[in-house]
Amino acid sequence: MEYEPVIGLEVHAQLLTRSKIFCGCSTLFGAEANTHTCPVCTGLPGSLPVLNQKVVEFTVRAALATQCRIAPYSQFARKNYFYPDLPKGYQISQYELPLSTDGHVEIQVEGQKKRIGLIRIHMEEDAGKLLHDLSSDRGASSYVDFNRTGVPLIEIVSAPDLQSPEEAGAYLRKLRAILMFLDICDGNMEEGSFRCDANISLRPKGQKALGVKTELKNMNSFRNVQKALDYEIRRQTALLDQGDKVIQETRLWDAARGVTASMRGKEEAHDYRYFPDPDLVPLVIDPQWVEKIRAALPELPEQKKNRFIRDYGIPEYDAEILTSSKALANYYEECLNIYDQPKIISNWIMSELLRELKRDEREIEECPVPAGNLAEMLKMIDEGVISGKIAKSVFEEMYRTGKRAQEIVKEKGLVQVTDTSAIEKAIDQVLAANPGEVEAYRRGKGKLFGFFVGQVMKATQGKANPALVNELLKKKL
Amino acid sequence: MKLYEMTAHQLHDLLARKEITSRELTESVLKRIEEWEGRIHAYLTLTPEMALEQAAAADLRIQKGEAGPLTGIPLALKDVICTRGLRTTCGSHILDNFIPPYDATVTEKLRDAGAVFVGKTNMDEFAMGSSTENSAFGPSRNPWDTQRIPGGSSGGSAAAVAADECIASLGSDTGGSIRQPAACCGVVGMKPTYGRVSRYGLVAFASSLDQIGPFSKDVRDTALVLNAISGHEPRDSTSVDLPVPDYTRALVGDVRRMVLGVPRETSGQGIDPQVTKSVGEAIEVLKKLGAKTVEVSLPHSAYALAVYYIIAPCEASSNLARYDGVKYGFRAKGAQDLLDMYQETRGQGFGAEVKRRIMLGTYALSAGYYDAYYLKASRVRTLIRRDFEKAFEKCDAIVLPTAPTPAFKIGEKVDDPLQMYLSDIFTIPCNLAGLPGLSLPCGFSREGLPIGLQILGNLFQEEKVLRVAHAFEKNTDHHLRKPKL
Repeated sequence: MEYEPVIGLEVHAQLLTRSKIFCGCSTLFGAEANTHTCPVCTGLPGSLPVLNQKVVEFTVRAALATQCRIAPYSQFARKNYFYPDLPKGYQISQYELPLSTDGHVEIQVEGQKKRIGLIRIHMEEDAGKLLHDLSSDRGASSYVDFNRTGVPLIEIVSAPDLQSPEEAGAYLRKLRAILMFLDICDGNMEEGSFRCDANISLRPKGQKALGVKTELKNMNSFRNVQKALDYEIRRQTALLDQGDKVIQETRLWDAARGVTASMRGKEEAHDYRYFPDPDLVPLVIDPQWVEKIRAALPELPEQKKNRFIRDYGIPEYDAEILTSSKALANYYEECLNIYDQPKIISNWIMSELLRELKRDEREIEECPVPAGNLAEMLKMIDEGVISGKIAKSVFEEMYRTGKRAQEIVKEKGLVQVTDTSAIEKAIDQVLAANPGEVEAYRRGKGKLFGFFVGQVMKATQGKANPALVNELLKKKL
Repeated sequence: MKLYEMTAHQLHDLLARKEITSRELTESVLKRIEEWEGRIHAYLTLTPEMALEQAAAADLRIQKGEAGPLTGIPLALKDVICTRGLRTTCGSHILDNFIPPYDATVTEKLRDAGAVFVGKTNMDEFAMGSSTENSAFGPSRNPWDTQRIPGGSSGGSAAAVAADECIASLGSDTGGSIRQPAACCGVVGMKPTYGRVSRYGLVAFASSLDQIGPFSKDVRDTALVLNAISGHEPRDSTSVDLPVPDYTRALVGDVRRMVLGVPRETSGQGIDPQVTKSVGEAIEVLKKLGAKTVEVSLPHSAYALAVYYIIAPCEASSNLARYDGVKYGFRAKGAQDLLDMYQETRGQGFGAEVKRRIMLGTYALSAGYYDAYYLKASRVRTLIRRDFEKAFEKCDAIVLPTAPTPAFKIGEKVDDPLQMYLSDIFTIPCNLAGLPGLSLPCGFSREGLPIGLQILGNLFQEEKVLRVAHAFEKNTDHHLRKPKL
């Protein structure tokens, strides 16, 4: 039977506030263990949480950017469970009354636009980190680092509107871009500042009722999310085809083996016993404050894309890719400042630059060719200093060495020959060496013109200006 | 009169006039402790050295003419209030080696006021109880009859004041834990409005109900201590940002034109006739002083005990989850794995009553029960609050007994938790509604045991409560009686 996947994603994004959500400790990543801690974030008896207003502001930004409704009255709740990385024995989160609900994000997959619903965005605190040392002097030991405890998170829960791993990927990339455009999350998946869990079920195509879902965890990159979903679709399809049932459970993605495996057991049987946190008063949002935040929102991917199409006259396809990250969009516009040819720049970025980056699995932020250098090189083509063909090898050299185009061109003597006497000299040599072809051409075999051009270019090692070669050849012949 | 017998305001006058030093006063109290602590067991930790250092510092301040009303006055803190560098046990084995790295806000405020700390007082484990019998370190004894309980959970703080083992003290009140022991020990005890005093550094039992308040020998001292500890504090989001009046200005000694509400619903309910009689007589005294009385109805208070025993355990089950053996406090030895460590640590570290309430709360918050218990209880709590709102439309304060009986015998109710819970039947509604409430002595039973009159006020109307209490005290002498140890 043919099945249709139904996918919903839960994203946890760390907010870029300087201090934690309920205390004044620093949120900086990578400090020595347990140095960014205080009585509040280590859960000492008698300590109390105080909400960081910046966290609310950042969450409101995210909510506004995704067209969510902002609740005038929301509440923090305690999610109760025992684990050594959770110092209070509960996580302060939001449950029944989250800060924002009912938003959406636009995605585009294979040219098709689609609106993905957001059920809610709520605030919560992160847990600490456990470190296991199997070979310590005291035998196998576990240590806990509370630096991350209380770092602010937002949880963004999508509606089950995603129908393929590709859509899931597109949604995640879009969401990450939005948060990064808003300057509220650094989007770093490896350091865990942008994490994703997935719910997935299958149903026979055309059927309305939902199938039994599994929850997938432990996917630390976009690629792994897609792979895990792919795997899970195959697994559930096989089960259903055999007439077996999918069991509702949490499964962990094993990237090394490329499979999901059931978590089973106690970890799953949680009853979190949510109830309103009596230490925090209900959060009342002033609509005027929200409007202030709205007015100060930066340009978002969708708006930027439309502006690129409108102002630079580039195709939507180009604009979509160029605005997929804030850094890439900035790179593009920096190029434009120096060299005002939107389509040429876009072509070079999308073909040459992104290909190189992808091959090296690098982000645009790590690009060895600064925007100014690329623009300078393109200008050199325009000015006839180098040919478009040579430019490609110059660019590769720039990417490899980080050098500027002028430098490379000078070093390697790649300057385009525009000196007519030099070109004429080459033409004379070519004509002298091929008297038969000259004769044939003059008798009317016009096709041979291309042959002469090729020979001249060869003689000049590709450096001759093709337009000049054409012009001079015609004259001489 | 011995120094340890006096009130803070009397002693302040002597200190300010340089007739005595804080050192002499502190030594007098320490000597008293030495004599009587063996029979009372009011304290879990005594800090004579620190007290003498603080007394020396206070004397310097007094010499410079910078003495405040509590400078140099020996006080005691319930062992649920964090003290930097000083063991804070909450009456529990699970915290018996816990030394907080920080001061509670009230501790800080009293330090800043120049107070002298003589020790940390005994209590029911995590403030759960009405007798101190749930203390992991043994019960305190009532100075009026050492066979009897001092009340609880702040029994140590009440007994210490009653036995003159300190001049005044702090307790915490979640369902009556200041007022009921104050009544049992014949001292003044007050729970301020929820949000009046910062809870930062008060180890939580039930966060939406807990409030810190004073024990003292008279109403003026209550006002003085309240002045020192009240006020908004950013570290406690539930503390309320309202100006703090000088509470001593409410002590005008006059209740004329005040209207006192007398709840219709207090009769019956297992109340000792001697309590009814004393409280009735107290109301007559107030009437003679010019107050009017009016009957008020608090129909939902009948459910207060049930509501309390859902909400408080629910919050407690979550608040006490942090005692897991991972970070501080007691950790059971020889655990095989993580779950084993949790179970053994909590199994050995907590006493029976604490476990009972954790189980009650865990059950009531569980999936499928939340609506029927926690949510329903929260709704009834709102109704109880509304009853009071209505009642305070027609009166300035409500007067009723503090506890249904005078202090009972140690051991009398330990095997019957429900009977024990009933000790707080008159004090619990006040916590559920967040109101200020005070208990002061209003008579004695045939056995010579103190009986308490409870005065409740509307939110943030501590002044009216203090005014009624002060007028009553000024015209009676119950508060002057001392236990004969």
